[in-house]
Amino acid sequence: MPSTITPINTEREKKRRLDDHDSGHGRRPPTDKRTGGGGEGDNWSDRPQGRRGPREKLGRARLGLFFALAGDLMFFIAIVSAFFVAQGTRHIDAYNRYVNEWLPTAIPPILWLNTGVLLLSSVTMEIARRTMFRENDVMDEWLGIGKPITRRALPWLSATTALGLLFLTGQSIAWHQLALQHVFFRSNPSSHFFYLITYTHAIHLFLGIGALVASLMGLYASRVLETRQILVDCTAWYWHAMGLFWLFLFVLLAFFQ
Amino acid sequence: MTPNPKPSPPDPNPQRAAPYSLLPTPSLLDHHTIGRQYLALALVAVIIGTFLSLLMRIHIVWPEFFRNPPIRPEDYLAIVTLHGTIMLFFVLTTAPQSGFSNLILPAQIGARHMAFPRLNAASFWLTALALIVLLASPLVPGGSAISGWTAYPPLSAVASAGPGQALGMDLWLASIALFSIASTISSINTLVTIVRLRCEGMTWRRLPLTVWGWFTAALISIIAFSVLLAALLLLFCDRHAGTSFFVPTGNLVNGVLHSGGHPGNGSPLLWLHLFWFFGHPEVYIAILPGMGLTSMILANFSHRRVFGYRLMIATTLMIGFLGILLWGHHMFVAGLNPFASTAFSVTTIAIALPASAKVLSWIATTWRSRPRYTSAMLFALGFVSLFVTGGLTGPVLAQPILDEYLHNTMFVVAHFHLIMAIAGIFGLFAATYYWFPLLTATRRRPGRLLSERLGRWHFWLSFIGVYTTFLPMHFTGLAGEPRHYAQLSQIPNAAGRMLAATLPLNRHITYGAIFLASAQILFLVNLARSLRRGDLAPSNPWQSTTLEWHPILHPRAIAAASEQAVAVYRSPCEYRTSHAGEVSFLPQWSEDAATSIKPE
Repeated sequence: MPSTITPINTEREKKRRLDDHDSGHGRRPPTDKRTGGGGEGDNWSDRPQGRRGPREKLGRARLGLFFALAGDLMFFIAIVSAFFVAQGTRHIDAYNRYVNEWLPTAIPPILWLNTGVLLLSSVTMEIARRTMFRENDVMDEWLGIGKPITRRALPWLSATTALGLLFLTGQSIAWHQLALQHVFFRSNPSSHFFYLITYTHAIHLFLGIGALVASLMGLYASRVLETRQILVDCTAWYWHAMGLFWLFLFVLLAFFQ
Repeated sequence: MTPNPKPSPPDPNPQRAAPYSLLPTPSLLDHHTIGRQYLALALVAVIIGTFLSLLMRIHIVWPEFFRNPPIRPEDYLAIVTLHGTIMLFFVLTTAPQSGFSNLILPAQIGARHMAFPRLNAASFWLTALALIVLLASPLVPGGSAISGWTAYPPLSAVASAGPGQALGMDLWLASIALFSIASTISSINTLVTIVRLRCEGMTWRRLPLTVWGWFTAALISIIAFSVLLAALLLLFCDRHAGTSFFVPTGNLVNGVLHSGGHPGNGSPLLWLHLFWFFGHPEVYIAILPGMGLTSMILANFSHRRVFGYRLMIATTLMIGFLGILLWGHHMFVAGLNPFASTAFSVTTIAIALPASAKVLSWIATTWRSRPRYTSAMLFALGFVSLFVTGGLTGPVLAQPILDEYLHNTMFVVAHFHLIMAIAGIFGLFAATYYWFPLLTATRRRPGRLLSERLGRWHFWLSFIGVYTTFLPMHFTGLAGEPRHYAQLSQIPNAAGRMLAATLPLNRHITYGAIFLASAQILFLVNLARSLRRGDLAPSNPWQSTTLEWHPILHPRAIAAASEQAVAVYRSPCEYRTSHAGEVSFLPQWSEDAATSIKPE
């Protein structure tokens, strides 16, 4: 968050120069430079909005994503709290017994493998994300010397996509295995939640794969380095969040039935 | 002196003047356009909603008025449902939180655009789609949903529970799900805009209170709408996937046992928790922007600083925070654990604290200030009045023991209409009168003012109409008139005699409602007339101090001016009145000495 203070009028640049092809990032390459480069005390945060440096747009997109993920977290929290409510709900049956119909769903062991795959995919995603910000490569691409970022990020992004698809395949195998045991969505309060949680998480992950494909295409389609960085960066944070959510949901399904 | 920015030389190369986005911004992505679209949508919705409320009011006292076709009890419930859903979602949430925030917010923080224009447009079109889906629901077989805007299961989970509970209910669910997604997107946009796009010098403490209202409302709508979306998903699964999240064992509806397919053990109470976890914050989403605007307008026309500015920021946040902790007070009669009721009762009464602090600040701001009674000021004062009147019944209903009796009576209807619905609408009216010059101004057209004469008439007639309509409802409620009853006559036995006793007062309420609705014609006439032929507005017609009136942030500002940097040097509402009665004020963008305005 920019710590804006009352600007000192004499030192303020009142106008953006229109003649120098400045597209809002102050003609800087999108590297991870924190300062404005003007020496002592010069800080991007003191600049007017729209000129706060090469990472302004990135920060904006990231913040938006974090707010969205906070909302998404609330979505899962609502479902998880419903899980515990359903688990504790009892009623009086026809024989006047106070019963609970909750039959714990034994999770298919393949979920352990899937969890490992998803965690691994988070690692590859993080490597891909970091390659987008390596300063030397960024300078090379920005100056038009070569495409080192694309070259380096491509395999890691592809690996993440493949691992994500592998995870989804694993999930569908798990559903299939449960179906063979005649455990369906509608069978039991516990199975409701097993399927609901895994389905909604799978849908989220499917959207994540869409974002990965968009980033992969963006590596070639987008001419602006900053846009490519934003795409990969936001996809990565989304992917990590889905990994983290899955970890919690998996622990819930595995140990809190 | 006010820094009058010198008109900059015209841009020699206007194509390049779009520095923020990769593609040139088409007008559909412009935040002013989106704000106006939202407001137009809300206007359509509020007209439909008002029409439905008149149908209800007339039917409740003169059911024989509707003969061909008659309004059956289930039709009446469908009207109740549509009225509630349309008004709450598409008027009270959409207009302040998306409409005016798009139109005004960027300029108020010194920005020229919202953070994510494309998401913003997507959010509007999703909202429009949601409204269309909702309005299509009366046309499908069985008609629209009849379970109220709260859609309590198990009735809402069983398609055969009523005429509208099949496809109509599905459409309702789809519409609200779309609306939740749209609202979440819009809130993300608002939040990022406020956090990231504030201009130089716009510190958090200098943010206008309207922005604080939007900020807090956006924060809680991210929390609340996600939970609503989850609840809608669970209900949808109950209806179509054979699950039983909310369907209990031995669910007897219309004499038919609905256990087939469902394994049972669901809890309807769970829906109530999830729904009201959304539903209560929702009313704060509707009212918080209005509260912020009221503070700013009262200070503006009283020529005073806002009393206790930091306290106002704190209470806004506190209301938002407490607002998500007190959903249980909607469930006192639903079979909640009495201990939980007590806890929710305490949090509910606790919210009286920040609310009273707000009222005190409003009164202290205007106290002996000899304000300018413009229409906007009148509506802001009306907001305060309604907030107090409606608020006084809050602590009454917050007591579980009193709520047992009052919960399903018209007393609650009177309470929430005064404090949330009508106060929210008064906030919207104040906003419209205040910001109409910015609402009408475009690059090519000047801003216009609404007619003040008509505005004053509109205010006084509405004010009288609101109180004649909603005050007596408290008494019919206390006398035992239940909610959701289609008619009060032709009911047998003692209940019929009790209801018939409330009929005279109910007729009075209906006259009041018709009067109130007719008074709004003045507003529509004023709108229609002033859009084209209203007085031309000066650049800062209200001697306002906030940035939306900054000459280079004005919608009329030429493209070249959009390159000029904007900076803020002081808090809003820096007014000073000399002993001679001369008022001076410093806008937030003013760098130094006071400018004087002539006393009225």
